[in-house]
Amino acid sequence: MIPELGHFALALAVALAFAQGVIGIFAPGLRDARAMRAAPALALSHFLAIGAAFLALIYAGVVSDFTVENVADFSSSIVPLMYRISGTWGNHDGSMVLWCFILSLCGATVAAFGSGLPASLRARVLGVLGLVSGGFLLFTLTVSDPFTRLWPPPLDGAGVNPILQDPGLAFHPPVLYTGYVGFSVAFAFAIAALIEGRIDAAWGRWVRPWALLSWCFLTAGITLGSWWSYYTLGWGGYWFWDPVENAALLPWLTGTALLHCAIVVEKREALKAWTVLLAIATFSLSLSGTFLVRSGILNSVHSFAAAPDQGLFILALLGITIGGSLLLFAIRAPVLAATGIYAPLSRESALVLNNIFLCSIAAVVFTGTLYPPFVNLLFGVQLSIGAPFFNQVVLPLTGPIILAMGVGPLLAWKRAALLPVLQQLWLAAGVALVVFLVVAADRHVIAAMGLAGGVWVVLAALTDIAGRVRLFRVSAAGSVARLFALPRAAIGATLGHIGFGVMVLGIAGMTLATQKVIVLTPGQSTELGGYTWTLNDIHDAPGPNFSQRVADVSLSENGAVFLTLHPARRYFAAQKVVTNTAAIKTNGFQDIYAVFASEPAGTGGAELRLNRHPLAPEIWLGGLIMALGGGISLSDRRLRVGAPSRKKPAGAVA
Amino acid sequence: MSPLRRRLMFGIPLAVVVVGGAGFYTILRRMQENAYDPHALPSPLIGKKLPVFALPGADGGQGFANTDLLSLPKPVLVNWFASWCVPCLQEAPMLAKLAKAGLEIWGIAYQDQPGDLANFIAANGNPYTRLAADASGLTAINWGVYGVPETYLVDRTGVVRWRYAGALTDDVVSGTLQPLLQQYA
Repeated sequence: MIPELGHFALALAVALAFAQGVIGIFAPGLRDARAMRAAPALALSHFLAIGAAFLALIYAGVVSDFTVENVADFSSSIVPLMYRISGTWGNHDGSMVLWCFILSLCGATVAAFGSGLPASLRARVLGVLGLVSGGFLLFTLTVSDPFTRLWPPPLDGAGVNPILQDPGLAFHPPVLYTGYVGFSVAFAFAIAALIEGRIDAAWGRWVRPWALLSWCFLTAGITLGSWWSYYTLGWGGYWFWDPVENAALLPWLTGTALLHCAIVVEKREALKAWTVLLAIATFSLSLSGTFLVRSGILNSVHSFAAAPDQGLFILALLGITIGGSLLLFAIRAPVLAATGIYAPLSRESALVLNNIFLCSIAAVVFTGTLYPPFVNLLFGVQLSIGAPFFNQVVLPLTGPIILAMGVGPLLAWKRAALLPVLQQLWLAAGVALVVFLVVAADRHVIAAMGLAGGVWVVLAALTDIAGRVRLFRVSAAGSVARLFALPRAAIGATLGHIGFGVMVLGIAGMTLATQKVIVLTPGQSTELGGYTWTLNDIHDAPGPNFSQRVADVSLSENGAVFLTLHPARRYFAAQKVVTNTAAIKTNGFQDIYAVFASEPAGTGGAELRLNRHPLAPEIWLGGLIMALGGGISLSDRRLRVGAPSRKKPAGAVA
Repeated sequence: MSPLRRRLMFGIPLAVVVVGGAGFYTILRRMQENAYDPHALPSPLIGKKLPVFALPGADGGQGFANTDLLSLPKPVLVNWFASWCVPCLQEAPMLAKLAKAGLEIWGIAYQDQPGDLANFIAANGNPYTRLAADASGLTAINWGVYGVPETYLVDRTGVVRWRYAGALTDDVVSGTLQPLLQQYA
């Protein structure tokens, strides 16, 4: 009964979404005030309808209702409750419902808190969101229905994919999707602005918090995913340049660019058409990322399987959404004139530079990801582009960003002078140079450049804050008081840059990692990274829905044991799948990482993969600091959703 | 910049997306017609002879080496499988059908335990003319085996003509394997 109600709610949501779309887009043109007021109400009811459908699906998973095919295929009654819930979105059909749910949540938020927006703009924004949502709901309802029934029901479900039975991955998709889908609001604002033919500072103030919010979630989602693959897949890698990862990185890159150039629109009313294009591009890349991966075109290790007819439906949806919005852009954007002017050396120019490099990286990653299928299409050649290509191309483009992001925040708006800024930064530059020379002396040039770059970014950001609070020039208490008086957006931006610097440190540190693959019998030991690693024992251990073999590996330095690790191999009987559970011990600055890879027949020993990863934790710490910085910036009064529009926006007449 | 050029410039993103979309459409159509498989993995062995190996027999079957595959009366299918692999279980009926139809299939059990292998063969039948074991998995590395099941078509002179990663399906057998078998018969 409940799944039927969920199915009905899903169908209702399709109708409501299309009503919201059509009314929202056309009512302002007809100057029909009542119809314009209907759009927010429709957005809220559309949200409630999807919410009901989503809850019904979760309910079916929680009570293990195996008459629902989705539950029978991807859940099981012996799986812990948390994974019965997260299993709902761990497959293609269920994740579509989650995706649409978050999209409708965004629409409902605009509807609920957008009372300060001009009525026509709000109606158009909601209209665009409604149309996008309607299209994807229709897709869900027709070709990937999660409520399909199965009769007779199996005694037990096939179970949740063991790799997905992990707290990190249970919450990775909702966070990542919120990041992807949140950009839909910036997109809707861009389309609404193109329809209205007007962009001003008030528009920038509305778009930026949404872009920032989605960016925070996307940053956190990517960080979570990277961390998950690091500790679960047991490869000790944190980024594989896999198409799915690239699909998340692309909107992050353009979203970061959007975040920076929306400041220019807000403060200086310049770069308008470019900002609109970035908003469209970011959401388009989010959509393509989520869906091309599912069409089966891109060859990836962790894609959902989907049939080609679903692929064609998705392609049509993407074509209408992306092609339509770019057509509108081509027609309407040339009328968006910039009003602010600025000198070649200024904060604006620094932000343009940031945009150029971020978008170049995005273009390179995009090309590298799509090159294989297109080469195959044109020339019939099978090839795969892997990490070496991306590393070689992305690293040189990241260098200038790292250099510029230290200087940029210290430049003044309109026209800046370089010399005073460089005078402020001599300390940061000096320390970075010393770091470079010390590490390069050990012949690790790449690591030296990375570490120096990370130190430079962190110190330059701290210099900026130190200058603003007049550190050492007023009393310590005075500095602290100034720190708290600083706009939160400034603190957030600084934290964002520091987070990036910390991440660069982590990535550079990982290039110094040492590893070893070795077969040890109990009692044997080996040397790696200055430690002695000893395999003490291999034994069985019970688990809730798996059985496992555990290896006890102890580490000693100068004869004294300081750590014992327990890497395990888990066997999930329901799926006949073995997973490796890596044992990772971190002290915040280095990871000791051991994987129990196999038990080679006839040796009585264990094949172990042992790794020492200097600075690895900084990669994810940096990502979290970035997301946190975004969150703090979001709490700035200036950006708080709705706050700027309480009073009549000054630029609204432009 | 002239107004026209400005307008054209603003149309560039649209043009890029239109071209890309047309490309994706073509790819998807060809996937539907089975003319294109993005998961087809290139094998460095295609068109070459197999690397040197000699594997012992398993479960009473006769083992084989690369030299055994050099001069044959007809093409041979070499099938990598394992008792612990679920797709191999799904593939077993197809292999049985092919063997019954007269195709010679040589099996290699990948990283398998003798007892498990015996159970697997007992439960699913033995379609293999020869059956070897690669317990260490080293030969699989030399072949570039991506996973099990994986199937290689070796022609009469020992040259690898085709490789398929994954369980053989009706579509693959009728669409690709049968024509190849006729070509190299």
